[in-house]
Amino acid sequence: MAVRIQTQDFDAGAEMAALRKGDARVGAVASFIGVVRDLNEGDRVREMTLEHYPGMTERALEKIVAEARSRWDIYDALVVHRVGRLQPTDQIVLVVVTSAHRSEAFQACEFLMDYLKTRAPFWKKEQTGQGGRWVEARAADDAAAERWN
Amino acid sequence: MKPDDSRLGILQVRYFARLREAFGSDGERLALPDEVRDVAGLVAWLRRRGEPWERELAPGRPVRVAVNQDMAEPSTPVRSGDEVAFFPPVTGG
Repeated sequence: MAVRIQTQDFDAGAEMAALRKGDARVGAVASFIGVVRDLNEGDRVREMTLEHYPGMTERALEKIVAEARSRWDIYDALVVHRVGRLQPTDQIVLVVVTSAHRSEAFQACEFLMDYLKTRAPFWKKEQTGQGGRWVEARAADDAAAERWN
Repeated sequence: MKPDDSRLGILQVRYFARLREAFGSDGERLALPDEVRDVAGLVAWLRRRGEPWERELAPGRPVRVAVNQDMAEPSTPVRSGDEVAFFPPVTGG
């Protein structure tokens, strides 16, 4: 189980290979990559800056991973989240889960993203043609996290 | 938190994202007011300082609070030496 916060990009293929390396129990690897889009709320996004709360971020993500582990029979999980300045098409977040069978891996991966989006202390500020603006939390993300309860 | 903060009655307050910009600061060390016992009490005390706290921490504003890096409720106790963070609802991922 690992959680990493970093400014640099990540290689999803290498991360997935490393997570299951040498573990012959693994029959399924599920992953999710979040990417910066060039459009939000109808405006062109030139750039975004991701801020976080060092210390609490790692603590919150580790709790979320532990929660996933208690709910599903998974072998390992990885969360990598970037911070700092990002441009459209850049990767933001990677979640990888390994398990014996696909159902656990898929579900745990979706749960991790839903909880990360509502519980981990990250904030996005977008630069558009009208200047900078903080992205507002979406009710749909709260609803997505609630359905696991 | 400095090692002796818990004895000196000091709170480390931190501000993030929209609130960091609105307050023009990423945090402050505060002498814990006698009347502050919990998160709700600290919010009320900060609001009494006037603008911009009064506006940004007004009832109904989307503000979250963490005490010692765990998400908190209005009733979560606040004690000497604690780190209390104020921020908007999160938008990562």
